[in-house]
Amino acid sequence: MTLFNSMPEMALTTTVDSMINWTRKSSIWYMVFGLACCAIEMMHTGGPRADIDRFGTIPRATPRTSDLIMVSGTLTLKMALRTKLLYDQMPDPKYVISMGSCANCGGLFQLAYSVCDGVDKVIPVDVYVPGCPPRPEALTEGILKLQQKIAEERWLVRRAPGEAHV
Amino acid sequence: MNSAEIVDRLRARFGDKIGDFDDKAGDPFVYVQPDAIDEVCGHLKNDEALAFDALSNLSGVDHPKTSTIQVVYHLYSYRHRHMIVLKVSANREDPVIRTVAGVWRAANWHEREVFDLLGVRFEGHPDLRRLLMPEDWVGHPLRKDFVEPEEYHGIKTSRESPIHGIKTSHESPTK
Repeated sequence: MTLFNSMPEMALTTTVDSMINWTRKSSIWYMVFGLACCAIEMMHTGGPRADIDRFGTIPRATPRTSDLIMVSGTLTLKMALRTKLLYDQMPDPKYVISMGSCANCGGLFQLAYSVCDGVDKVIPVDVYVPGCPPRPEALTEGILKLQQKIAEERWLVRRAPGEAHV
Repeated sequence: MNSAEIVDRLRARFGDKIGDFDDKAGDPFVYVQPDAIDEVCGHLKNDEALAFDALSNLSGVDHPKTSTIQVVYHLYSYRHRHMIVLKVSANREDPVIRTVAGVWRAANWHEREVFDLLGVRFEGHPDLRRLLMPEDWVGHPLRKDFVEPEEYHGIKTSRESPIHGIKTSHESPTK
């Protein structure tokens, strides 16, 4: 109690998990991975009007310093292998947002011979953002959903081997 | 110079290497033998009166009924403001055509695309690799009888309809 009493009045108390998750969710660095017209909306989302920088979401040019990969656009089979390669280079914990119909399921080009029908066939997806293409507001909503997901994760609980993060 | 005059000029020089001429089409075209296309194109470019300095387009068409693959050349001369279309027919089983990459540099990638999507081999091409599809792709997708493979490197190329999944999940509790 002496420790608590000696703290200034402005101090807050919290759990370590919440503290870790608050820092993590407030600095989601994403890899720019624009593949098609969705990339234009992603650029708008990073621009001054939607401005996702205010959530600490900063674009990175390399997968090795990224927490999030936003797959925005039509994924061809040729690119799908490269996407897997880039995803494998990202350090854990890592997240994937699938942006737009094409990345979700192949979209308009699902029956084409060259198109991978959804990025979830190659890498695990955390948040699907529907739309063709989604507006910047929709992608911002996707980022906020991902923040919620990150905030609910628990790091200091003893887990059975092989059990996934909650 | 109009198309008929251009074709007459070509006939005078190359004789029976130049085939039928159709001036009823929107863009009048003339057939050329596959083994002479590079000489004909070289002449079209270098003859002062013709001076076709631009290869506007080079594309391919598959005709399974006649068992041929046609390669179509759209040429334009900026100096004389005239144009001509050349067509070359090749056997569908083993299409081989002389390259024109040495005449116009633009033909290099165009021919790689036609090779990639239709499987036409361009004899004498400096770097005949696939342009659009992955290097290890099997088959030529723009052929009419192309069948999409079931999977590519473990990635399935089909996706189940989500509507089907919704129906079964709705029906299952009643069983």
